[in-house]
Amino acid sequence: MGYPADRKYTKQHEWIQANGTTATVGITDHAQEELGDIVFVDLPKVGAEITAGKTFGSVESVKAVSDLYAPASGTVTETNDDLATSPEKVNKDAHSSWMMKIALKNQSELDALLSAADYEKFVAEEGGH
Amino acid sequence: MSAVEATAPVVRKTALNAVHRQMGAKMVDFNGWDMPVEYPASIGGGIINEHIAVRTGVGIFDVSHMGDIRLAGPQALAAVQHISMNDASRLAIGQAQYSALLYPQGTFVDDVIVHRLGEDEYLLVINAGTREKDFNWVRDNTRQFDCAVENLSDDFTQIAIQGPKAVDTLQKLTDSDLNAVKFYWVTHGTVCGLKNILIARTGYTAEDGFEIYIPSDEATGARVWNEILRAGKDFGIVPCGLGARNTLRLEGKLPLYGHEISDTINVWEAGLDRFCKMEKPEFVGREALEKAKSAAPRHTLVGLEMIDRGIARDGYKVLDLNGRAIGYVTSGSPAPFLKKNIALAYVPPENATLGSTVNVEIRGQAVAARIVSTPFYKKPKKNSLN
Repeated sequence: MGYPADRKYTKQHEWIQANGTTATVGITDHAQEELGDIVFVDLPKVGAEITAGKTFGSVESVKAVSDLYAPASGTVTETNDDLATSPEKVNKDAHSSWMMKIALKNQSELDALLSAADYEKFVAEEGGH
Repeated sequence: MSAVEATAPVVRKTALNAVHRQMGAKMVDFNGWDMPVEYPASIGGGIINEHIAVRTGVGIFDVSHMGDIRLAGPQALAAVQHISMNDASRLAIGQAQYSALLYPQGTFVDDVIVHRLGEDEYLLVINAGTREKDFNWVRDNTRQFDCAVENLSDDFTQIAIQGPKAVDTLQKLTDSDLNAVKFYWVTHGTVCGLKNILIARTGYTAEDGFEIYIPSDEATGARVWNEILRAGKDFGIVPCGLGARNTLRLEGKLPLYGHEISDTINVWEAGLDRFCKMEKPEFVGREALEKAKSAAPRHTLVGLEMIDRGIARDGYKVLDLNGRAIGYVTSGSPAPFLKKNIALAYVPPENATLGSTVNVEIRGQAVAARIVSTPFYKKPKKNSLN
């Protein structure tokens, strides 16, 4: 599986794609694969403050609940309402099914995250695909 | 190969383990067993697809991790009657019944299916997680009877073929007339060329289906598994893992040991009255249940359907409308066929009124749920001779 090189990745399997001072956040294809059928995505409200490394929501598959961890700090400016009625879209295309957009507090936080190549290596070492 | 097996850690594998891995199944540790939880979407798998296949067509499960105890001898019936709560004297040869093994306090050692295989021969099918405990318990509690107790748990590969098309699928592979086998009856026949195979019309999916018991070597298991997949191809057969097994049994309110039933929950609380025959003069647990019957139960098992968005999960608290904790969820999940979020929970009898509202605490939030009648799902009645 190729991971898009236009974004950064966390070890908790989120991706973040920055565009100036704003960024889009979602979960990786590896994450959706591990979760199985996604049936529920719980996202923060617009205006909520999120902190890098802390949970900002959760995603539920048929069998389990998993926390979502913020790749960077900021303020939520938009959430993907489509996922409230069609959470399975994350299974179909995790890298385009974004979850939220944030106004970044500190762009340099992204420097500490994994590149696509590093993330792919990390997943392989974890015993993933 | 065998040397590796001998030194491998305690994780146990069924004879079909390599087949599951070859098919790309996601594997999990289930009570010490390395078992498939679901198969890849590329071959029609995924918990939701697998679940729907069993409700509308057919699915197959490797259930070889289940244990089997055989009781045989002149006093086999007396022994079974002593250790189980249902009335095994009502079983004709070839008939099976749902039952349970109880502790003297009326709580559960395990739930079981009792099959009467012969005049003085019974087979108990028990849960994977309680295999050793159950066998020791059965052996210890039947010493006074003239009957041999054998642990046959490792002697079979057990495959479940489940769904409305299970009968058509399996019929292609056997000379037995499966339409003549009623639900909760067994027969013996040739399956995939293997002679004298036990075929039981039983399952854990709240659907029609069969469980077959074949020799436990890997080659036979793989051959039969693949032949069943081929036979069911026209019916859209899908291999199913423990994920779908759990959602299917939950829709049908079939109890799971360690969840709805355990060594701290008694028969009345679990609502399994109709499988407990108090007219039997004696069985382990009867006395305590007699006493418990006249006392008010502290809690009772109810079905919940989520009203608000949210999924109740095992162990979540149930709250009354004032926010007071009154009980707990034993099993909760999205129900793939019913397309609702459902759960089973223990609550005090005064909070168990059908149609009333309670809350489930989900990550600190009170989320509304309605108490509904169970089972959530019942298989459609057929007009056939079954």
